[in-house]
Amino acid sequence: MKGLMSSAFVILLVSGLLMFANYQLEHKAGRAGKDTITVYNWGEYIDPDLLKQFEEKEGIKVIYETFDSNEGMMGKIEQGGTAYDVTVPSEYAVQMMEEKNLLLPLDFSKIPNVQHIDPYFMNLPFDPNNHYSIPYFWGTVGIAYNASLLEGQTFESWESLWDASLRQKLILVDSAREVMGVSLNSLGYSLNSTSLQELKEATDKLETMGPNVKAVIGDEVTQLMINNEASVALTWSGQAADMISENDDINYIVPNEGSNLWFDNIVIPKTSTNVEGAYKFINFMLDPEVAAQNAEYVGYSTPNTAALSFMDDEITGDERFYPDEEARKNLEVYENLGLETLGVYNELFLKFKMGLR
Amino acid sequence: MRSKNPLRFIYATPYAVWLVLFVLAPIAVIVYYSFFDLSGHLTLANYRNFFSSIYFKLTISSFWYAFLITFFALLISYPTAYFLTKTRHKQLWLLLIIIPSWINLLLKTYAFIGLMGVYGPINAFLEAVGIGSQQILFTDFSFVFVSVYIFIPFMILPIFNALDKINPTLLDASKDLGANAWVTFKRVIWPMTTDGVKSGIQVVFIPALSLFMITRLIAGNKVITLGTAIEQQFLVTQNWGMGSTIAVFLIIFMFLIMILTSGKKGGIIK
Repeated sequence: MKGLMSSAFVILLVSGLLMFANYQLEHKAGRAGKDTITVYNWGEYIDPDLLKQFEEKEGIKVIYETFDSNEGMMGKIEQGGTAYDVTVPSEYAVQMMEEKNLLLPLDFSKIPNVQHIDPYFMNLPFDPNNHYSIPYFWGTVGIAYNASLLEGQTFESWESLWDASLRQKLILVDSAREVMGVSLNSLGYSLNSTSLQELKEATDKLETMGPNVKAVIGDEVTQLMINNEASVALTWSGQAADMISENDDINYIVPNEGSNLWFDNIVIPKTSTNVEGAYKFINFMLDPEVAAQNAEYVGYSTPNTAALSFMDDEITGDERFYPDEEARKNLEVYENLGLETLGVYNELFLKFKMGLR
Repeated sequence: MRSKNPLRFIYATPYAVWLVLFVLAPIAVIVYYSFFDLSGHLTLANYRNFFSSIYFKLTISSFWYAFLITFFALLISYPTAYFLTKTRHKQLWLLLIIIPSWINLLLKTYAFIGLMGVYGPINAFLEAVGIGSQQILFTDFSFVFVSVYIFIPFMILPIFNALDKINPTLLDASKDLGANAWVTFKRVIWPMTTDGVKSGIQVVFIPALSLFMITRLIAGNKVITLGTAIEQQFLVTQNWGMGSTIAVFLIIFMFLIMILTSGKKGGIIK
């Protein structure tokens, strides 16, 4: 009994000391203080060198944290107890956060660099007049393929994904709206369809794609494509850019029927404790040279027109990642369909996955 | 009430607090949430939904895969545990089997992506022996294989303990009384290890029902378990009510399995 008591005492003492040390460390770092800001961004979505540049320029320390889904990020902000000053939701998530009153309206007089953003990407339906958000990166959904492992297919049409020559070759992304979107697009329906009839038709068609599907996975697809383990993948443009930079045989195409055009946007959430610092950070990131460096590092497309002139022509002239306005006409931005319809999409997608062999 | 020592209650306090805070309260919260729909209305619709074809099918397939995983884990673990008790440095050999279970599950899973890949060592071997390279990753075979690998240490441990406790004189007695090896196993060894086997089944079958990262990384979502469905409901669909309902059923299934596998102690006398 004595031994038990003393070991319990030791454990308590050690835990207490560790807690104290941790508290001290965090306070030294000045969590949520006046001269720090907390940035909450997607993984691999900023050039870390720019954070250092910002810290030196403004004398504000940046605490940088990452998330891997809009839903996870929103959950953390909604539950409170955090002090995020800047975060980067996708377009439909901006809408959801606005509905839940999680965002602060932006004061453009504090962000003069917003003038560099292409007007084409401003004032979009998910945030009229950019009341709460400024686009950070944009891109498309399309098909990445490795020509050296295929027999000359070029994927100008979504229909080609149903071709019998792709048996057990296709990798899909584990996301309901993207995969349902392929089927909806190929049938000529809207990506934002809420008609049960259309969704039913899309699911039936999707199920006939089953024999071609090799796997339904997440970010692991990048490595599989680079290593020649997979030949065709439904993916986002930036992910395709990562694959292409590592493996020359890979190409990316957005099929003619149209696809999804998406935006990730900078916002200031309600949890911000250093709003002034957040504005300074946003303005810094929109500086043309900074945005150019960031875009070259991250690989997604920047909406910053002035930044394009600082970038390699080889990147900005690449129609696959910077499609011109004509090519963008076929692209559709996701709308927030509401949780009810989102549930329907996910249930149909689950049914599709369960039918895979 | 054997003793009136008031200290007894004090000693029980940490356990009681733990039980209430981390077992009973979360279960109560899950049950509570399962009665609400998306817009926060009290409803039984989630339960009705569960019995719709899709979730029912999901449950059946989860049970089938959990059964396969448990079956193969047992098939491999029992002879292994038996062999271990016969070796000279049995604690060392046991340790070598236990050590991999200390490594993070996700890391081991990622390792298998490389091992089973088209250009991985397994396919290189198949190529070398003339079978030719196969699609191993993203099949139900790879899913069962990796899961069995991960659960084997948990199955071996209780069986090893049960086997190790058997008094060797009992086996001698059995032989002296004219029983051959098979009869000794059937009438002496097996009945004395059923408790170990049962707890092995418990620690494998129940987690196997709700495996979820392996279903994506190794099976490419071609196998879907109840765990995947719960994760989706909470993180993607944000339908906490439906996610909780599936979790409630998972808890019920777990209790049923506990009851089925606990049974009476013993069984030595037939």
